[in-house]
Amino acid sequence: MTTRIPVVENILSANDRMAARNRDLLDQAGVYSINIMASPGAGKTSMILKTLESLNGRLKLGVVEGDLATSIDAEKAAAAGMPAVQINTGGECHLDAAMLADALPTLPLSDIDLVLVENVGNLVCPANFQIGTHLNVLVASIPEGDDKPYKYPSMYRGMQVLIINKIDLLPYVPFNMEYFKRGVEILNPGVVTFAISSKTGEGMSEWTDWLVEQVMTKGK
Amino acid sequence: MHELAVTQSILDISLRHADEASAKRITDINLVVGQFSSIVDDSVQFYWDIIAKETIAYGATLHFNRIPGEMTCSACGHTFRPGDETFECPSCSSALVRITKGEEFRVDSIDVE
Repeated sequence: MTTRIPVVENILSANDRMAARNRDLLDQAGVYSINIMASPGAGKTSMILKTLESLNGRLKLGVVEGDLATSIDAEKAAAAGMPAVQINTGGECHLDAAMLADALPTLPLSDIDLVLVENVGNLVCPANFQIGTHLNVLVASIPEGDDKPYKYPSMYRGMQVLIINKIDLLPYVPFNMEYFKRGVEILNPGVVTFAISSKTGEGMSEWTDWLVEQVMTKGK
Repeated sequence: MHELAVTQSILDISLRHADEASAKRITDINLVVGQFSSIVDDSVQFYWDIIAKETIAYGATLHFNRIPGEMTCSACGHTFRPGDETFECPSCSSALVRITKGEEFRVDSIDVE
């Protein structure tokens, strides 16, 4: 005879608990952290490098790079003078809380104000896996097209900051900003948004001034 | 490809609850998955048959109760299924709409012997 046992438990609850532990570790170290998500080629790595440049020493950064394979991104970050650790997910399409838990202790947290975590380039899976950072930041880029909020609603739901990158390409690419923003507003009303170009530097100071303020309020 | 991680989580949750109930075997897993929550397809059952080996959940059938996305218009109160290319209210064209269903992602219950 079978019996039905009610469970009613979120499928990713174990990951969520691990994410909460990561958050505790970061808070105890007085380190603020952001999870940077985007599709491949949206410009996450160049945005991170430009953020370092625009911060101009106001914050001490550490970087966690997530990729399926290779350490290209961590090498770029290290070459720019940031302590960096590479996570190779070996085929997994996202970072999860356990991966970040392994990576964090390898960074000199006592000497860092802000950890930038670059997630695997993917607009689907990273949205489901909280990793314990203070903010989820989505980098959308103009050449991807204006329909992405409609196609990837869970990603646009799960972020707290939207960075619209490559705005220098607006004159050359069909992109209806009004249509794009309408989708964003429905999924994530009032989300903090910055329009930037990592190439020209436009909008970078607004983004980094805001970031410094967050870190100063909530970090060390 | 995150179905393996998802499958592992479902298995861990199911085994824990079955153990608490001193069950001998898990026959069915009842999942509730909303349209907006995650990409989870039939490969979960495939992974299940591999990773549940040598557990009391081996051979269990996974049932997906899929919840379609639902939005409600804050302007006129109309409830509707969102379209593919637009989320606006089909009744009054307002963009003041909110997701009211489709974000579920949970193990609802398990059937045990």
